[in-house]
Amino acid sequence: MTTTKYINISNNQAIASTDIPEHNYDLFASGNLELMSGNPARHCVNYFGYRVADKIKLICCIADDDLHQILVSSSLVDSSMELASFTAQNHNFEKFEREIHENFGIGYIDHPWLKPLRYACNRTDKDQRIENYPFYEVDSEELHEVGVGPIHAGIIEPGHFRFICNGEQIMHLEIQLGYQHRGVEQLFLQKEKLLERTTLAENIVGDTVVGHTTAFVNLWESLCGYTPDYSLHYARTLALELERLANHTGDLSGVCADIAYQLGNSVYGRLRTPIVNFFQEWGGNRLAKGLIRAGKINFPFTNEHAKRLVEVFEAYEPDFNEITRKLFNLPSALSRMEKTGVVSYEEVLEIGTVGMAARMSGLNRDIRSSHPNNLYGNIDHKPIIKHHGDVYSRVQIRKTEIKQSIGYIKGLLQEVPEFKKPEDFVLTPQKEKFAISLVEGWRGEICHCAITDEAGNLKIYKIKDPSFHNWMALSQSVRNNDISDFPICNKSFSLSYCGHDL
Amino acid sequence: MVSLLLILLMSLFFTGFIIRTKSILSGRKGPGIFQPMRDIFRLWKKGSVYSTTTSFIFQIAPSAYFASVLMAVLMVPHGRNPGFISFDGDFIMFAYILAFGKFLMIVSALDTGSSFEGMGASREALFSMLVEPAFFILLGSFALFTGQTSFHDIFSTLHYGSQVSYLLGALASFVLVLIAMIENSRMPLDDPKTHLELTMIHEVMILDNSGFDLGTILYTTNLKFAMYGAIISNFFIGVLPYEISIPMFFIIQLGFAIAVGVIESFMARFRMGHNPQFVFILTSVSLLIFFGVLLVLGKFA
Repeated sequence: MTTTKYINISNNQAIASTDIPEHNYDLFASGNLELMSGNPARHCVNYFGYRVADKIKLICCIADDDLHQILVSSSLVDSSMELASFTAQNHNFEKFEREIHENFGIGYIDHPWLKPLRYACNRTDKDQRIENYPFYEVDSEELHEVGVGPIHAGIIEPGHFRFICNGEQIMHLEIQLGYQHRGVEQLFLQKEKLLERTTLAENIVGDTVVGHTTAFVNLWESLCGYTPDYSLHYARTLALELERLANHTGDLSGVCADIAYQLGNSVYGRLRTPIVNFFQEWGGNRLAKGLIRAGKINFPFTNEHAKRLVEVFEAYEPDFNEITRKLFNLPSALSRMEKTGVVSYEEVLEIGTVGMAARMSGLNRDIRSSHPNNLYGNIDHKPIIKHHGDVYSRVQIRKTEIKQSIGYIKGLLQEVPEFKKPEDFVLTPQKEKFAISLVEGWRGEICHCAITDEAGNLKIYKIKDPSFHNWMALSQSVRNNDISDFPICNKSFSLSYCGHDL
Repeated sequence: MVSLLLILLMSLFFTGFIIRTKSILSGRKGPGIFQPMRDIFRLWKKGSVYSTTTSFIFQIAPSAYFASVLMAVLMVPHGRNPGFISFDGDFIMFAYILAFGKFLMIVSALDTGSSFEGMGASREALFSMLVEPAFFILLGSFALFTGQTSFHDIFSTLHYGSQVSYLLGALASFVLVLIAMIENSRMPLDDPKTHLELTMIHEVMILDNSGFDLGTILYTTNLKFAMYGAIISNFFIGVLPYEISIPMFFIIQLGFAIAVGVIESFMARFRMGHNPQFVFILTSVSLLIFFGVLLVLGKFA
């Protein structure tokens, strides 16, 4: 297999959409599967289809973490065709192929789990409804089923969990999502103004505002051939790390709540507040909405802000260190976290998890070091890798990444660049371009892809949130665990429903 | 009579004290002491909603549960003043009248046909079963120690013996505090604050109860707490006059409530699978008391 079968692009690079090599399906399948087989440094960042006349064009993007390149290839297939699935050989593609099947009706002869994914309004088979999801069933006198949701007990987001249990022990968990589907990708095409699209990007996932908006603006700027200056990169990198810090702290609080450790719950919860309040001081919104904009920033980061942030950290760090010491030395807490919800290296590799859900089991997946965007190329980022794949590993990753993020932010604060006055100018996307943008959000890798048509309008916009694959890792992690340990497994993954459902 | 009044009074603000302790320890001001009781009064004013899959068992269970605990309260003495019901061997009736109420709650949880509630019912049954030997070995030891077989006689003759009785009393209150925590589904076995049905024990059993029934169940829990506190206080009150015994009763109850609050603030809940091991500790401590009694009485040759 030679590399001419693919086009190699870097993160945030725009290429002519006609440059993507097109193969017949068999060659396309065997080529991409061969790329992935036996190489943990490669994983599929996006695989999607779109209609071209009455045919379906499939585009597959495989990221190579060693080469720091993304390998893109394509194939044109008929929607009536019955294809051999990628999934039969590599489960990385399981969700992607389910999506393609749902949207375009492409049949797969050997897909093991061809169930509805998110019930898009324009799906081909309208008989597949959320009420008649084909759950996996076991016919047994001893086993029993427990259905949880779709209304969450803590009223967060909706999702249905179906457990098959043997007494207190979970044998199998199936997660049915799609309740939150809003048609975000379609809305990107319908809303024509840049401001509307940016606002849309901010609302893909409510807790990853900076992550998704940064992915969008990076992508948009590369589609328009605009090179942002240092200050814009600076603000985005800073905001990404602050968002990571705030969410990791909030998750530690959530984990403490789920093991009923009240002190940890209240202290970590209190520590998150000054971080999100800093976003309020900087950009006027605690979740950083309105902060990240393509080609400009409306809220320049000044030396006063830098001084304030240092003060925030001075108050944050001693308390964080103290409560962390307490939590990680508390026998009752350790006994809940250690060896709970284990996912092995082989499993995460097979599922293709990203972010913390990969690094917990020794799989190095971190866009900040493998495909650095914004200023991450200047920071010599060392991913935090743990090896046990249990709740404790996931909690430890959060603890260590919080310290790492504070270090990075302090480094950035050493030299605050000059910010230009924001000016409004029209960014027009180039014609017939394909661009891909990868960002390491706090949960993991976020991938946005876009293609423009002959007139320079958006033709297709694809989003992949880290939760897309990671939900499967959650299902795997709870097997053979107590059903009462499910909440803590769930919290330690802390996945997004709307990020999956789009 | 005295004991009934004291327990009813204490039950009004026992849970309030626990919640207040937890709030202060986590750096919050917290609700007033009477807030849990206000919530219960609010619930008592409401009607109940019954699922169509439930039968009459589901409707009578909360009242029967309350009645069983009230009847158990009637048997608890206060120092030299016996309870309303007092006879030889009354502590056996005490244990089983409580078990009767619990049995009805378990059956009513199964009656709803919900997979959650069945799970909770099975957990509740398991832990109650494991607690039983601890309770009987404990009271059996004291019966042996004093040569009496009713609550009132055991407690009023307890302290005519030696100083060892105070040591035994301390061990007994340790066991009883933990039995009370288990019976009332508190930490470290169960987390009453959680919103996660899958980890609950008692709370998940009453998910389908609403309005008046829910208020009754919650009040019964408060009453049970105060009742166990009263039994613990009896180990120390002995035959002291009321001027001393009544303040002591309140101090011991408050200490008990604060201890529950502190335990719940500074530790995590146990893994469900470790709970049975923990409950067995109680039985072994009870056995320790039993051997202590045998030693004191010189039953070992």
